[in-house]
Amino acid sequence: MKRHLISAADLTRDDALLILDTAEELSRIADRPIKKLPTLRGRTVVNLFFEDSTRTRISFEAAAKRLSADVINFSAKGSSVSKGESLKDTALTLEAMGADGVVIRHNASGAPHRLAGWVRGSVVNAGDGTHEHPTQALLDAYTMRRRLGDLDGRRVTIVGDILHSRVARSNVLLLNTLGAEVTLVAPPTLFPVSVDTWPCEVAYDFDAVLPKSDVVMMLRVQQERMTAAYFPTVREYSRRYGLDARRLAALQDHAIVMHPGPMNRGVEIAAEVADSPRSTIVEQVANGVTVRMAVLYLLLGGSEPAIGGDVTPAGVSPNGDARRRSGDASRREDA
Amino acid sequence: MTHLIKGARILGGAPADILVRDGVVAEVGTGLTAREATVVDADGLIALPGLVDLHTHLREPGREDAETVESGTRAAAAGGYTAVHAMANTEPVADTAGVVEQVWRLGREAGHCDVHPVGAVTRGLEGERLAELGAMADSAARVRVFSDDGHCVSDAVLMRRALEYVKAFDGVVAQHAQEPRLTEHAQMNEGEVSGRLGLAGWPAVAEEAIIARDCLLAAHVGSRLHVCHVSTAGSVEIIRWAKSKGWQVTAEVTPHHLLLTDELAETYDPVYKVNPPLRTKADVEALREALADGTIDCVATDHAPHPAEAKETEWAPAAMGMIGLETALSVVHEAMVETGLLDWAGVADRMAVRPARIGRLSGQGRPIEVGAPANLTLYDPSVRTVVDPGGFVSKSRNTPFAGLELPGRVQATFLRGRPTVLEGKPI
Repeated sequence: MKRHLISAADLTRDDALLILDTAEELSRIADRPIKKLPTLRGRTVVNLFFEDSTRTRISFEAAAKRLSADVINFSAKGSSVSKGESLKDTALTLEAMGADGVVIRHNASGAPHRLAGWVRGSVVNAGDGTHEHPTQALLDAYTMRRRLGDLDGRRVTIVGDILHSRVARSNVLLLNTLGAEVTLVAPPTLFPVSVDTWPCEVAYDFDAVLPKSDVVMMLRVQQERMTAAYFPTVREYSRRYGLDARRLAALQDHAIVMHPGPMNRGVEIAAEVADSPRSTIVEQVANGVTVRMAVLYLLLGGSEPAIGGDVTPAGVSPNGDARRRSGDASRREDA
Repeated sequence: MTHLIKGARILGGAPADILVRDGVVAEVGTGLTAREATVVDADGLIALPGLVDLHTHLREPGREDAETVESGTRAAAAGGYTAVHAMANTEPVADTAGVVEQVWRLGREAGHCDVHPVGAVTRGLEGERLAELGAMADSAARVRVFSDDGHCVSDAVLMRRALEYVKAFDGVVAQHAQEPRLTEHAQMNEGEVSGRLGLAGWPAVAEEAIIARDCLLAAHVGSRLHVCHVSTAGSVEIIRWAKSKGWQVTAEVTPHHLLLTDELAETYDPVYKVNPPLRTKADVEALREALADGTIDCVATDHAPHPAEAKETEWAPAAMGMIGLETALSVVHEAMVETGLLDWAGVADRMAVRPARIGRLSGQGRPIEVGAPANLTLYDPSVRTVVDPGGFVSKSRNTPFAGLELPGRVQATFLRGRPTVLEGKPI
């Protein structure tokens, strides 16, 4: 696996399966009375959030803490960043403090890529602008796999603002790697002009795609799109591209409904659909913690098996040695 | 001051000696001798007319941390230039006779190359009311090129009036063609790469639509239009069509648009962020062909210095622009000469003769012949070196060519017979 997780394209099929399998093993501790593992004890994970995102930050924080890492939350608001400090200076500060992993959320596409050039620790992209959100794609794939089994040949339909969606970009790449067939559905205004070069199908007619979908993933429509002529009115958008009870009924019996949240109930998804048994929306949140645990474990190289010798799955080998820098431990204790 | 340049290949031709005395070319021939002349060994060097840049940001007044007239013109001389046109987007804007005269005077005092200020078309570059174009034309700076560069004169009526008005003093409006609504928040060329990187797209049509409109306006009022930094294949087609009609349209292309493509944005390194953006390979090829066949008249650097902190950021907040004065000739050598598209006479035409004509500079871009002002560049085409920004004369380092191996090097530059560069070093 690469040192950083910035794009879903960084993951080979084996990498992705390793993360999903590791997450599966880690999910076992969710049933234990004590949910904490010693795996990343002594490691420092910095959550660097330049954009408000309570759910993603909490998810990463819970994941790191369950692996016993020390977690530093660095939010742009009220920090030196709001006083004009550059990303580079923030990176150098983190570097001086000895961060082993930096989880970054940023409103500028490519910010994690830049950060990776300025720090030695592993960088995990927790969403950058309109570029990518690879751990969201991983937790989505994990959720699909739990519900439907192997993703090879599964048909996944992603509906909404593809142009501005980092979730869609990461999902197209990862699902393609995992062998699923992706169809994107949106009004033509909300596709990138070059979407025909992406490894997926493109459709404007939601109803035509519904019956053959195993998964329907609805994307949030941002408020600012509603006034910029991407579509005439919210009601027209909802009629043409919203998932309501009528469309839900057109799905195959086994098909599931996903949404990365936060939802606009009544716009892209009707309340009764969001709350139906086919909806995996709450599961996705729970699975987010597990999948992020797997990512942090594999990137930061726990020196011990993920959850103790007797339950280590085949194929999960601690790969920490390559990642550890000599003198790390003593340096951290001095600090 | 007398210099005897020995064995230079004028426009790449057979070796000849050039005697430079009292600011003019006094003699051209073989086996020349002259008492009291400083001999310059030009064996193997190509002699070109001093280069003329139609598009230079010298940043003074206002952003002297990025560049000054002194440092920028020294960089220009190091790149083989004997004249530059200083763009108007300074602080304060060069939209009055006072500011253009200040820039012109700073250029004279520095003495590295001629500085011809470009006047703003509209007050404060705001696109609302015409600046006092006549006052700038009549000033000591004798402004003939007017541009709101960095901003498009997008209002069709204002553009029409500007084109008409400058006819009174044989001026030209140099348009930065960028339809503003189509490029709101735009970050890079709109295409396969922008879609993948999640960077807001800058469509080719935003440039082409303005160029088409301006060509039609220039034809309608019978004025001269110059199109700045053409970057797309579609723009080339429109300009070719306008020229075929006999309309007075000229155009420039930057060195970076002749060599680099939008795939460089994959690094998210804003050193590759520029306005107009780097485009595709197909655009690069169309631009090269257009420069070769004369559809595009000249190479202009759009030298745009920025301090390090403006580029050591995420892509979106980073400043747009690249420096180019010290690498322009080498890039043109690589993109146009090495590919067989232009010979050295062609390079002289596109980098000196035509830009001087567009800017109405009578003493620049003249053939190297007896009686002409001795504005000369001696260029060594035989070397190849890796671009090292650490060695630049410019105050800024934002070059997209760092680390790239490029051919050639400017060995000497003469401004009206006085060397501004000798043995590759500015004087």
